[in-house]
Amino acid sequence: MAALCRHSADGELLQRVAGYGDINKKKGPPELGRPPPTGATMLIRKPADIPSSEITPKSTYLNRRDFIAGLAAVGAVGGSIMDPRRAEAQGVKGLPGYPQKDWSKVRSELDEELNSYEDVTTYNNFYEFGTGKGDPVKNAHTLKPRPWTIEVDGLCANPGTFGLEDFVKPGKMEDRVYRHRCVEAWSIVVPWYGFSLRDVIDAVQPTGSAQYVEFTTLYDLEQMPMQRSFVLEWPYTEGLRMDEARHPLTMLATGVYGEDLPNQNGAPLRLVIPWKYGFKGIKSIVKMSFTEDPPLNSWRRATPREYGFYANVNPEVDHPRWSQARERRLGEFRKRRTLMFNGYADQVASLYAGLDLRRNF
Amino acid sequence: MNKKRQILLLKVVVWLIGLTPAAWLSWRAFNDSLGANPIEELLHRLGGAALILLITTLAVTPLRRITGWNILIKVRRPLGLFGFFYLTLHFSTYAVLDQTLDWEFILEDLTERRYIVVGFTAWVLLIPLAITSTKGWIRRLGKKWQKLHRLAYVATSLGVLHFFWQVKVDTYWPLVATTVLAILFLLRLQPPKAKVTRKSVPQPLAVDPSAVDV
Repeated sequence: MAALCRHSADGELLQRVAGYGDINKKKGPPELGRPPPTGATMLIRKPADIPSSEITPKSTYLNRRDFIAGLAAVGAVGGSIMDPRRAEAQGVKGLPGYPQKDWSKVRSELDEELNSYEDVTTYNNFYEFGTGKGDPVKNAHTLKPRPWTIEVDGLCANPGTFGLEDFVKPGKMEDRVYRHRCVEAWSIVVPWYGFSLRDVIDAVQPTGSAQYVEFTTLYDLEQMPMQRSFVLEWPYTEGLRMDEARHPLTMLATGVYGEDLPNQNGAPLRLVIPWKYGFKGIKSIVKMSFTEDPPLNSWRRATPREYGFYANVNPEVDHPRWSQARERRLGEFRKRRTLMFNGYADQVASLYAGLDLRRNF
Repeated sequence: MNKKRQILLLKVVVWLIGLTPAAWLSWRAFNDSLGANPIEELLHRLGGAALILLITTLAVTPLRRITGWNILIKVRRPLGLFGFFYLTLHFSTYAVLDQTLDWEFILEDLTERRYIVVGFTAWVLLIPLAITSTKGWIRRLGKKWQKLHRLAYVATSLGVLHFFWQVKVDTYWPLVATTVLAILFLLRLQPPKAKVTRKSVPQPLAVDPSAVDV
């Protein structure tokens, strides 16, 4: 199956990025509407602060693009029953502020059915806004995704607090269509918009002793009132091994379906790791820390017997309470078999060579 | 209002309550408004309706004792049968729509997934109760009927356990269900003496199984 990737024309990219404000404009503390949630001394780094030599060379970057684009389609949609009304609803969805994309054309180029905008934005797990799948779309309006800052600390040469604008760079932004498999055994196919996490990592230069990167979601009882509940320990945290974080498939998404991420999808910045269960894809990120020891991710902290650090999609290792062998693709009637590493085994299996995946679930 | 009219009214209310979830879900299914995962939505709503109705069924007797409103007993059987009806729909939705009658996986679930094992057991336990809920069976079984129908407590408890084991971490509603069930158990444990002190209280059920007659 494909790691389906598409790239916009450059002009489109620039327009798209313009949605985040003028990236060349000098950013400083007085311009920010509120202090950074972490309360740390603020230092807004402009792109110029990062030595250009530390930013991924264009050639490497292009190679990576080719690599990703080269992951050609192999699977086919089998036995899927799409509701025609659902398909129609997708077509008319406007994309305000962004260049119109011909989604029917995008669809025709994919070997799997794209899920509708409605599927992607009304059926979410985002416990900061309630534990029901329909809760986030109803409750997430309290989140204010602009202005937004991301603190980078830990074992790296260029720590600091960055504006979202510093992360989002023209020429780096890509459309990527990924399968998304939830640990609850449902899945969707999502057209994300964003960039490789690796670009950020290369810019902030983790030191040699950095083995892991930990991510933290916003903790703000006003913007995320459900953080008053005790279903999970807040703020939500996640982590990746450095090689996973630097993998070209790992991305930070700022948009979906050709528009800014809706709040319920983790605005303004979320992680997407297509070969791992969805809960690894931490939303509304405000902090990245480079560490030597493996970070404790929220679900593992809550139920270590059921959720591990890796959370790689694996049809052979069941959740203690339910099977992971199959999944329901939203919009389809029959369950489909879950693929090893969610169908991205060719790209990522080597990361786990020699690792007992049953133990390291 | 005379007794007959009260009973009629009660029955109408119970039937309205019992049919509401089915009507609501049918309407939503017809209008394609069951959300992005309609099968899961149906499954959860049907299971919820079954559990609420079964717990309500168990609440009838204690409520009758406390209020002394004897004709409440008339709603116990329809409530229980509606609960069984939704539980049957819940299981059918699982087997037919969710698993598309894929026996290999259904069998694995029924043997290895503990929340499915207890949920399925609850349904199986309720089958004989539904069958023997008729006048004829009450008469034929006599005192044994009472004993047999105590299985309703076992089945409902298993249903709550199923609910508990099914959720990921948010145990709020399973805890609510457990609390209500625990209160109902405590009320059942009341010594029979307490009942005799009040004139309006009905005869203990153990002596009169036909009191459930509708």
